[in-house]
Amino acid sequence: MTALLALDDVTKTFGYGDAMIHAARGVSFELKAGRALAVVGESGSGKTTCARLVMRDYAPDGGKLVFRGKPMGDRTDLVAYRRAVQMIFQDPFASLNPAHNIRHHLRRPLRLHRPELKGAAIDAEVLELLRLVQLDPERLVDRHPFELSGGQRQRINIARALAVRPEVLVADEPTSMLDVSVRLGVLNLLNAMKQEMRLGLLYITHDIATARYVAEDIAVMYAGQILEWGATASVIDRPAHPYTRLLLSAVPDPQIRFADPAGRLDPDAAAAVRQAAAVPTREVREVGPNHFVRALPG
Amino acid sequence: MTRPLLSVRNLTIDYVGLASDFRAVDDVSFDIAPGEVFGLAGESGCGKSTIAFAISRLHRPPALIRRESRILLDGRDVLDLPAEALRQFRWREVAMVFQSAMNSLNPVLRVEDQFHDVLKTHGERDRSRRRERIAEVLRLVDIDPDRMRDYPHQFSGGMRQRIVIAICMALNPKLVIMDEPTTALDVVVQREILQRIDELRRRFGFSVLFITHDLGLMTQFCDRIGIMLAGRLVEVDNAATIHDAPKHDYTRQLWAAFPSLHAEHGA
Repeated sequence: MTALLALDDVTKTFGYGDAMIHAARGVSFELKAGRALAVVGESGSGKTTCARLVMRDYAPDGGKLVFRGKPMGDRTDLVAYRRAVQMIFQDPFASLNPAHNIRHHLRRPLRLHRPELKGAAIDAEVLELLRLVQLDPERLVDRHPFELSGGQRQRINIARALAVRPEVLVADEPTSMLDVSVRLGVLNLLNAMKQEMRLGLLYITHDIATARYVAEDIAVMYAGQILEWGATASVIDRPAHPYTRLLLSAVPDPQIRFADPAGRLDPDAAAAVRQAAAVPTREVREVGPNHFVRALPG
Repeated sequence: MTRPLLSVRNLTIDYVGLASDFRAVDDVSFDIAPGEVFGLAGESGCGKSTIAFAISRLHRPPALIRRESRILLDGRDVLDLPAEALRQFRWREVAMVFQSAMNSLNPVLRVEDQFHDVLKTHGERDRSRRRERIAEVLRLVDIDPDRMRDYPHQFSGGMRQRIVIAICMALNPKLVIMDEPTTALDVVVQREILQRIDELRRRFGFSVLFITHDLGLMTQFCDRIGIMLAGRLVEVDNAATIHDAPKHDYTRQLWAAFPSLHAEHGA
């Protein structure tokens, strides 16, 4: 299966001199139709930088972004690209315009990117989009964002992204601001859309359990590098990099009580793992079918 | 159980409105034993933070604590404390770590001065003795005491959170209330901080009221857990029982809302 979109050895830095931050160091990954890639990591690991590079909010300092086999360099094809690659934002309370109703939010992308739709066809499509994200069209279409719950708003965000029939969806922590009981519903919706519309989904999160729930492939990032990547089940069940193991050991697990010394996380050992993981290395080892790890230096 | 440290009885709190009142907490009763970690779990709006605020006596109108409510700490009714006794009670008896507490430090004061504030208010007049105490509690949370002259922005989020916890420890409180204390932090940092609090409570014997929506995390940390739904406490039990054999439907629903790290993906 060929990749829909790929980052190929992409580097991105911020600042300069001593204060230089390497947000992406030789980052490579592929998004494929009908599959999800989860990029997981802690704050500052560079995962959101990956999302922004894919969204072409930033141009890479080195390496390239490839879409449908074509390197994306200049800004000429940006409008077509923005139609094909859509984003779901983290904060459902900040990503809708409070002054406009839902109909307005969904009409805009249709008018901009689907010129074949005219008049009543636009309104029909707005209602269809609401049905697609499992909201009651008649009840919600004339409401304003403040009248909707967080979960409903996030569904509107998804409907807005899907309005232009994208090929790639970038979701940066789409459920972290939602109540726990509605999170799975939104993830299930993303999953269903991914399969039905053959979307390539880039799912950015710090929550590894939801990454397992949504994504076929996973990439673990730290200090701007992808340290381990491959089939989600393989990486989570048989982690090869010490940093991946550290991250997994800290995921809340009701089976492990703090009182139990065997489950104790040693802060000094954690600091040592972090320090070693921050050293850049280009050496890659294959540890199994579709499972790769960056070798530790030395 | 030995005599409880905290005893909440028939706590009912309304947010008073023009047309109607909103009942945020509805006839809630529970106990916390000395040295126990008790968890309150539930979704946003279920009333868990409203309970925490009531115990620290931080409510102002339109919040109204109904008359039949009792909050007993060491046998004394917190809701009846006069102003001066209340000042003594806060921090010395009950300390609170707020949600996103790392942002509750004053950005223009050195870390040290924020401790002096608390210690001076509670009667320690000697500056060098206060300094000694500050160094002592900073060491408890693994912060180098040499950094007490630094400003909050010079620390990471996790370190700022540990500083807030150190301020809470400064007066040896009997109860520490933690309202989503690590929600904004990464998992490794979260684990390090809660593990440390677990060690400290075993060493110093204080009780903890731990509030979060993350049931998995709560089960790791707490001795007993209460599940809240729409202002009511629907189930209270040992952490292990809440995990292994929850009785209330809502508790089961809450568990089902967390995907497991070791289950197949939903696709």
